[in-house]
Amino acid sequence: MQPYRNKDYAQHLLDRLRQEAVRPLSAMEVCGTHTVAIARSGLRELLPENIRLISGPGCPVCVTDDLDLDIVIALAQQPGIVMATFGDMMRVPGTQSSLLEAKSRGADVRVVYSPTDAVDLAAEHPDKQVVFLAVGFETTIPTIAVAVEQAVQQGLRNFSIFSLHKLVPPVMEALLTDPEVKLDAFINPGHVCTILGTEPFKFIAEKYGKPCVVAGFEAVDIMEALLMILSQYNQGRPAVEIQYKRAVRPEGNPVARAFIDKYFIPVNATWRGIGEVPGSGLALRDEFAHLDAQKRFPITVTPGKRVKNCSCGQVLKGLKLPYECALFGKACTPMKPVGPCMVSTEGSCAAYYRYGAQKVGGTV
Amino acid sequence: MCLAIPSKILSIKGHTAEIDVGGNTKEVNITLTPEAKVGDYVLLHAGFAIHVMDEQAAEEIFDAWEVAYAALQE
Repeated sequence: MQPYRNKDYAQHLLDRLRQEAVRPLSAMEVCGTHTVAIARSGLRELLPENIRLISGPGCPVCVTDDLDLDIVIALAQQPGIVMATFGDMMRVPGTQSSLLEAKSRGADVRVVYSPTDAVDLAAEHPDKQVVFLAVGFETTIPTIAVAVEQAVQQGLRNFSIFSLHKLVPPVMEALLTDPEVKLDAFINPGHVCTILGTEPFKFIAEKYGKPCVVAGFEAVDIMEALLMILSQYNQGRPAVEIQYKRAVRPEGNPVARAFIDKYFIPVNATWRGIGEVPGSGLALRDEFAHLDAQKRFPITVTPGKRVKNCSCGQVLKGLKLPYECALFGKACTPMKPVGPCMVSTEGSCAAYYRYGAQKVGGTV
Repeated sequence: MCLAIPSKILSIKGHTAEIDVGGNTKEVNITLTPEAKVGDYVLLHAGFAIHVMDEQAAEEIFDAWEVAYAALQE
């Protein structure tokens, strides 16, 4: 058995990391699930001083732009609309309110587990317009493409999606070209790579010379991935490697990628705290425009004011750690979140808050 | 949000598979893993199988979960 939670093996890995970390390394864990695993295990505090882990923008809920969300909330309040969403999105604040608050004011907002549940809702309620709030990275997008296909096959006239999808490789490139952000390596998101494989990340090694290792979600997985990164880093041979072999093949899942390509094309998208990133979103192809809620229900809202003092943008770029935000744990808690990083269970701030990550490991 | 859980396929009907998750059964969509067959372990995400694991890898995960569960009982 591979000892995912064997203490002796974990200690052995820590010893090896101490030997190999001969010069400073800043590695970003791109994925929110990794951020949670690192906070839960206390790994950040156990690592040698030379290794600094930075939490990245890898939570689709957290990076949903508040102005985009304002439009979604305004649409949800239109008569005859049923807004179907993953549960994580309910409490995310726009500039003025959240979907949960809209629901309490009478909007018909329903939480679904799978995108196909939203298609079923539309079939069951032909008198309503069901809009699915399509949020997610490459892990989730294929499941939404299948839901779109089901709606097409069933000839549903009352189903559409509001696409706020985000793509991971373009935002990683945006971080690499941001002069404020200093990164030496990436811990790649495990399940995004289950779909994408390694090819879409090769530019990071080849063009930017940075190591990338796809990691699993146990502390031991992450330590093994860091050792693989250090080996690349010390030997000066940047590459995209897979530690999480039980869930990721180099070729990814080509069937799932074909579903994405069949229904969506890349567009520019705005990431909360990061701004517009070219080619980092997806819109439905023109032939499926009748399923595109943005086109079908054009809504303009007065742009609200973004929250002051919230550091989510800097946290998402790895420039600040959550406890360095003036609001953290005071005005902003999981019960009353100000920014999206505190809302989602996979947000950096929520993970730090829940697991009590201490002020260790230095600042940026 | 990108959590994925390994589960064993008990039966398949069209694009729907019945799976076992820790003793409970549940239906999932297998459109994205057309190669999946009865007895395979798949990773689940948002009601879909997104990856077929080799059996050894899945067993390793379950073993790890049992170790973690046993540790909790101590």
